[in-house]
Amino acid sequence: MVSAALLSLVSVGCLLAMEALHRAKWPTRGPYTAVIAWQALGLAWGVSTIGALLSFGLSSYQKGAAAGSMALVGDIFTGELFLAELSQGLEGISHIVAVVLAMVLTLVLFYGLVSSFVQVVRVRRRHHDLLALVAEEHPDVPGARVVDHPVAAAYCLPGVLRSQVVISAGALEVLDDKELAAVLAHEQAHLRQRHDLVLLPFSSLKRAFPKVRLVRTYYETVALLIEMCADDQARRTSSPRELATALLRFGAAGPGPVPDGAMAVVEKAQPGVVRRVNRLLHPDDELSYHIGAFVMGSSAFLLSSVVCLWHIPV
Amino acid sequence: MNRLGELERAVMDVLWARNEPMTVREVGKALADRDLAHTTVMTVLDRLAKKKVVDRAREGRAWRYSPAASRENYVSEMMFDALGQTGDRDAALAAFVQSMDGQEAEALRRALGEIEQPRN
Repeated sequence: MVSAALLSLVSVGCLLAMEALHRAKWPTRGPYTAVIAWQALGLAWGVSTIGALLSFGLSSYQKGAAAGSMALVGDIFTGELFLAELSQGLEGISHIVAVVLAMVLTLVLFYGLVSSFVQVVRVRRRHHDLLALVAEEHPDVPGARVVDHPVAAAYCLPGVLRSQVVISAGALEVLDDKELAAVLAHEQAHLRQRHDLVLLPFSSLKRAFPKVRLVRTYYETVALLIEMCADDQARRTSSPRELATALLRFGAAGPGPVPDGAMAVVEKAQPGVVRRVNRLLHPDDELSYHIGAFVMGSSAFLLSSVVCLWHIPV
Repeated sequence: MNRLGELERAVMDVLWARNEPMTVREVGKALADRDLAHTTVMTVLDRLAKKKVVDRAREGRAWRYSPAASRENYVSEMMFDALGQTGDRDAALAAFVQSMDGQEAEALRRALGEIEQPRN
């Protein structure tokens, strides 16, 4: 019971910490550190919630969540535990409910991860096929392919063997050479550091819980931090001002389609582009080494204590 | 790009240029300067059909092939994906800037004007 209580505490703590991280100002000063903190909190939340349910539900074994699940696998065919719990009345039934909930949560998270991976692979393959048929090489943009479309767009298509930066004819029109170089450096950074894989757990959470607004908000926060990581990489070779101008030119090049009424009613937060531009033009001090090390250390401590709690038999 | 990819592209260009379904033989003839074997053209068209970018219909003993959509359609499909306008596809492709509504774009235009002023 102690481990169940402690794991629930960790689970709630992770939720509070995520909300705090979402509101905090420091992540824009150290986006890499913040992304790692998000990963750790997300993982710890999932593992501790499932662990809390299991160690409560399997408390009759007195083996803890990890060894208890192993024992359950053996028992599931004989049905011994199930019958024993049923004979204990209400408490026994609450144990069974907790175990079922743990299984459902595990399946939902697993399903989200697998299905978004499959979806991502499918979309990318189709996109690669089309790209091979309609995109051109262009002397001005070595290493990128150009698509003849008037809307300004630049993006990357990650892949193990054939990753690709794509830029539209509309983008070439609004950018000067230096701005173009900054945009390409930003996209190359996404590909080099495989930012798509960093974001994948969050997009699969979004898929697993499509109705939960909080999940969507957190996903967008992490996505914005990852853009800032790529901005920081581009800043090594281009001036921040060029990158900021490029960002603005893209955004200002034309209004995209107006989102449907329901979305317009919700008061919009400051768009991500504006925050990125402000950050480039008026840079704050980078996050100090000590704070970075503290955040990393706490993340490692959090994850290892969750693993330990899974193994406490009481 | 590899040879097959380059051939697929050439074949698509032929199909797009011609407004009617073509047989393997006709496609081969249109690409006569490349001196392609009949089976090569067949393989390429087969691959394109598997990728669902060409449709085929049997006519007598031969298949006739036509593009499943126009070049412009494919370009807009790609842009649609890339700008994250299709709900849950945004993890597959990360656009430099997501598409914005009119108000947001207006705010950015103003900001751009402010940045550029000192230069003049």
